[in-house]
Amino acid sequence: MTGIAEKIQRAQSSSSPNLIIDAVPYARLLGMRGLYEPDAEGGGLIFHLPPKKSNVGNPTLPALHGGAIGGFMEMAATIHVLMSMDIVKVPKVVDFSIDYVRAGRFEDTWASCSVVRQGNKLVNVAIQTWQQDRGASIATARAHFLMD
Amino acid sequence: MADIEKLRKLCKLMVSANPGDHFHALDMRFTRLEEGKVLAELPYSESIVGNPETGVIHGGALTALLDTCSGFAAMSALDDLAICPTMDLRVDYMRAAEPHKPVFASAEAYRVTRQVVFCRGVAYQDDINNPVAHCVANFIRLDPKVSAKMTQMIEPFLEGIE
Repeated sequence: MTGIAEKIQRAQSSSSPNLIIDAVPYARLLGMRGLYEPDAEGGGLIFHLPPKKSNVGNPTLPALHGGAIGGFMEMAATIHVLMSMDIVKVPKVVDFSIDYVRAGRFEDTWASCSVVRQGNKLVNVAIQTWQQDRGASIATARAHFLMD
Repeated sequence: MADIEKLRKLCKLMVSANPGDHFHALDMRFTRLEEGKVLAELPYSESIVGNPETGVIHGGALTALLDTCSGFAAMSALDDLAICPTMDLRVDYMRAAEPHKPVFASAEAYRVTRQVVFCRGVAYQDDINNPVAHCVANFIRLDPKVSAKMTQMIEPFLEGIE
């Protein structure tokens, strides 16, 4: 078993998504963390993106870079898939689609994912991102992953 | 159409004005800017790796590259010097990017309406006909009054930029 596969397995068995995040340079660059909300529906895994200067795109507002929000959501979906399925290989993203519905301010940002459909080969994941108000998404996205 | 020289300066300002921001974190570079078309480059770096086993960069870094490149293409298709926010973006990944090589992006605005600029882009390495990813992205145009005001606000900052 390879290094990352071992880390994925350990993350799954100990419900510690951050073991995967710590092993992925891009997730570390974004500075995201994963955590479990007690008593939440759907497993309760959510992701936190603390305000970090290296994610800023517009200094005058200031606002997060749309690409950093997209990358956070895509990474969150990848880790959500790894944490909710019995696989040890990093799933391949086939496509990713994001709607930006509000400006992403320079503050704490959160994401939650849900598996819409899990087929034999393909997994469809929906991702929501919000800041202060969980009911007011700043972006929604969906991704297709291929399992092989 | 936009004043390409001013727009080139604005893009340079946007990617360089705020050391330590996301443009710097990814080291995104804009190599060419014409009316409705923009070329960009994302150098390979360990910090954007998504799979530590293979060294392949994460799709998120490509999303950021394509979003920015398409955004600049949208701006270059407008008369005013104004920023247009991304409405939505879809990225299709054709293949994994080869590690230790830069990724290039080319984006164009293919339709401009009163409210929306429609863009498409492609990310590639050695051969644009063997792309790493394709994208379509739509940008919302600001209200003409807001955008004229923004042009006025931006112009003084462009002085002194080469």
